[in-house]
Amino acid sequence: MSVHTLTVDGMEVAVPEGATLLDAVRAAGVELPTLCHLDGLSPVGACRLCLVEMETSGHLQPACATAAGEGMAVLTQTPQLQHYRRMAVELFFAEGNHVCAFCVANGNCELQDVAVAVGMDHSRFPYQYPNRRVDASHPRFAIDHHRCILCTRCVRVCDEIEGAHVWDVANRGGECSIIAGLDQPWGEVQACTSCGKCVDVCPTGAIFRKDDTTAEKEANRERPQLLRSAREQHQWQNQ
Amino acid sequence: MAATPQLQLRCCAASGCRSAGSAALQAALLAARDQLGGAAEAVTIKPVGCLRLCGRGPLVALDRRGGDGQEPSAGSTELYAELTPEQAPALLAAATGLGEAPTAQRLDPAHPFFALQKPVVLEGCGVVNPESIDDALAHGTYAQLRRVLLECTPEQVRDQVKRSGLRGRGGAGYPSGLKWDTVALQPPGPRYVVCNADEGDPGAFMDRSVLESDPHRLIEGMAIAAYAVGAEQGYVYVRAEYPLAIERLRLALRQARGKGLLGSGIAGSSFNLRLEVRVGAGAYVCGEETALLASIQGQRGTPRPRPPYPAQKGLWDAPTLINNVETLTSIPVILREGGDWYASIGTEGSKGTKVFALSGAVANTGLVEVPMGTTLRTVVQTIGGGVPGADGPDGGVKAVQTGGPSGGCIPAHLLDTPVDYESLKALGSMMGSGGLVVMGETTSMPEVARHFMRFSVNESCGKCVPCRAGTVQLAHLLDRFVERRATLADLERLEELCTMVGATSLCGLGQAAPNPVLSTLRYFRQEYQAACRDPDQCEPLDACVLQEVTR
Ligand SMILES: Cc1cc2nc3c(=O)[nH]c(=O)nc-3n(C[C@H](O)[C@H](O)[C@H](O)COP(=O)(O)O)c2cc1C
Ligand code: SF4
Ligand code: SF4
Ligand code: FES
Repeated sequence: MSVHTLTVDGMEVAVPEGATLLDAVRAAGVELPTLCHLDGLSPVGACRLCLVEMETSGHLQPACATAAGEGMAVLTQTPQLQHYRRMAVELFFAEGNHVCAFCVANGNCELQDVAVAVGMDHSRFPYQYPNRRVDASHPRFAIDHHRCILCTRCVRVCDEIEGAHVWDVANRGGECSIIAGLDQPWGEVQACTSCGKCVDVCPTGAIFRKDDTTAEKEANRERPQLLRSAREQHQWQNQ
Repeated sequence: MAATPQLQLRCCAASGCRSAGSAALQAALLAARDQLGGAAEAVTIKPVGCLRLCGRGPLVALDRRGGDGQEPSAGSTELYAELTPEQAPALLAAATGLGEAPTAQRLDPAHPFFALQKPVVLEGCGVVNPESIDDALAHGTYAQLRRVLLECTPEQVRDQVKRSGLRGRGGAGYPSGLKWDTVALQPPGPRYVVCNADEGDPGAFMDRSVLESDPHRLIEGMAIAAYAVGAEQGYVYVRAEYPLAIERLRLALRQARGKGLLGSGIAGSSFNLRLEVRVGAGAYVCGEETALLASIQGQRGTPRPRPPYPAQKGLWDAPTLINNVETLTSIPVILREGGDWYASIGTEGSKGTKVFALSGAVANTGLVEVPMGTTLRTVVQTIGGGVPGADGPDGGVKAVQTGGPSGGCIPAHLLDTPVDYESLKALGSMMGSGGLVVMGETTSMPEVARHFMRFSVNESCGKCVPCRAGTVQLAHLLDRFVERRATLADLERLEELCTMVGATSLCGLGQAAPNPVLSTLRYFRQEYQAACRDPDQCEPLDACVLQEVTR
């Protein structure tokens, strides 16, 4: 297996061929916030939190969606990057309706975690208070679009791991929303196997189990990676 | 043979003139010819593509050529504008020497609007009948494809393109020869060639004009490109808002297949190429190359991070050459005249000619092809005639907008800037695909910035947060300036957010969305300051354009 060596914030690391810059950053023991990325799902590079600076060119690249290459040098914590990350998190909070106090995911929400990590305690951008829907037509789960950050993890896990492709994105720009089937009530979409993988991977309280109330959501975000290694490398959790 | 002069009326049948009634005019001319009989019967009436001065359509050109069937020289062509069907008999009578021409309608072909143009891409535009492959063939179309297939290796073709210095006309100006090499030199396997005819910039209609006026030349250029990179399948991606362009392109493709110029064993060689049209639903973002490829594959048109670039991994993960309409349409001429000939036109860094769609507050609106390096002043004042009814050194021009929602506003005092990729970029604008919108002195720059920001809000695909949510916040901030209830803190926030959205967005749409704001801030900052509520901190009074705010 061929190996690439590169530096992350000046530290040398070696990663196998095919690894991403995010793998390299983690190998260097550096904490980098991520939201759209989830191990086991294909990368999309959408949330822009994992942007790193290529030391020679000054270009910003999403670590999760960029292949690590021999001799690369990346910076992860420049003041500018930290500033941009904080602004990105502010934009996330301002564009949805995130009321942590009574959210199912309070205390177990990646958006919250990221806000803490980048030091965002309030948004300087006015809240948009969008008028979004809640769909509780599924017998066991529900989706509250007010809390959706459009990371598309649910879309990808359902398509790539479960193979049911229940979820999709509709519309454009700020009007984007996650839809079930052909924009039907979730409960009417026959392709849904009720496997609950979308509940497990959703970083916020947008998709949840109906039995859960405030701060009760427990996610299982390792599930895609576990399933993928089981299928592809025949490595099982209990081995 | 005795030289009875041949008379030909070329009637513009492109969208601009069609909307001004060119179809009725052409019908009236045909009817008048039948009615007049005699000498009029010898007048050829031919539909052609764009005759350039779109703002004054319907346009008709009258060629009086010698009996030997020569191409008309400039002196023997008369041009008429804004004709009504009622004037058709008079025009025919005048053509045959039986009456007075409608002089009020007559344009001067020596006017700088026509005289300063250098048709390269538009060589056949307004000359050939876009619906007839025989006419295209008679004008030399497909001759270079045939020659290249028989005489040149793909390397030789790419070499000419490299020598020409041609850069992509889709906006970014990437060297085309280099891109072709990158695709050609990928490991063996299938390849694709794609023509980007999405043309989503408001104010741009260059690509549409080419498709409507001379589709065979584009097909020839694409076929040569496909041969040069080893592709056997290609797509032209056109927006659905261009029905006439799509119709003519489809017809041209059928005609080319019928003549064996597309398909298997083209022109007796072993080269095969299938070309298809893909119609997009008219999303600006689908002009972005990775979104366009996703759309061709039937997926949602959203960009993805690059690298890998389409040249490495494009359609169905195969190496894919994607070029703009104008880029590909330049190819046949480059091969006919040679790369060095092309490189002798234009400037050091930007070779050849560029087609602009001139519109806005300008006397002569239409399609303009000039050598790169021509100054904006020449384009806007000499060719365009400045703002109607205005005078003064800058002809009443306040600013020129280039590059659409991704570009910027260049103020009148910089009109002597040559149009080339680097100069426009240095001014905080960009070449873009060629839309050039002239703005008069009464234009409010924060309003212009908000107009383009709202466009970006509507056209953002919504995939990445800086563009999806950032443009919304920027548009709200700009509202405050337009409504004059901003504060200096808003100004600071506006600049901060512009920088962030530009630096962190995933694709060119978000990265360039702040440009209209940043460039107007750069040259018209006082208008933003004047819109702030703390006038004490405003610039000194004479710098304030909007005086009443400082009272
Ligand atoms: C938001 C956006 C819109 C674009 N729209 C177009 C377009 O309408 N036509 C076009 O040719 N290129 C467009 N481009 C540029 C393409 O991504 C690509 O660079 C181009 O088609 C490459 O062709 P060229 O090398 O011949 O310029 C756009 C880019 C972005 C980011
Ligand atoms: S519902 Fe959850 S997983 Fe799906 S896009 Fe929204 S935030 Fe992401
Ligand atoms: S920058 Fe805008 S258009 Fe481009 S990917 Fe992001 S949201 Fe979509
Ligand atoms: S985690 Fe990399 S862009 Fe979202």
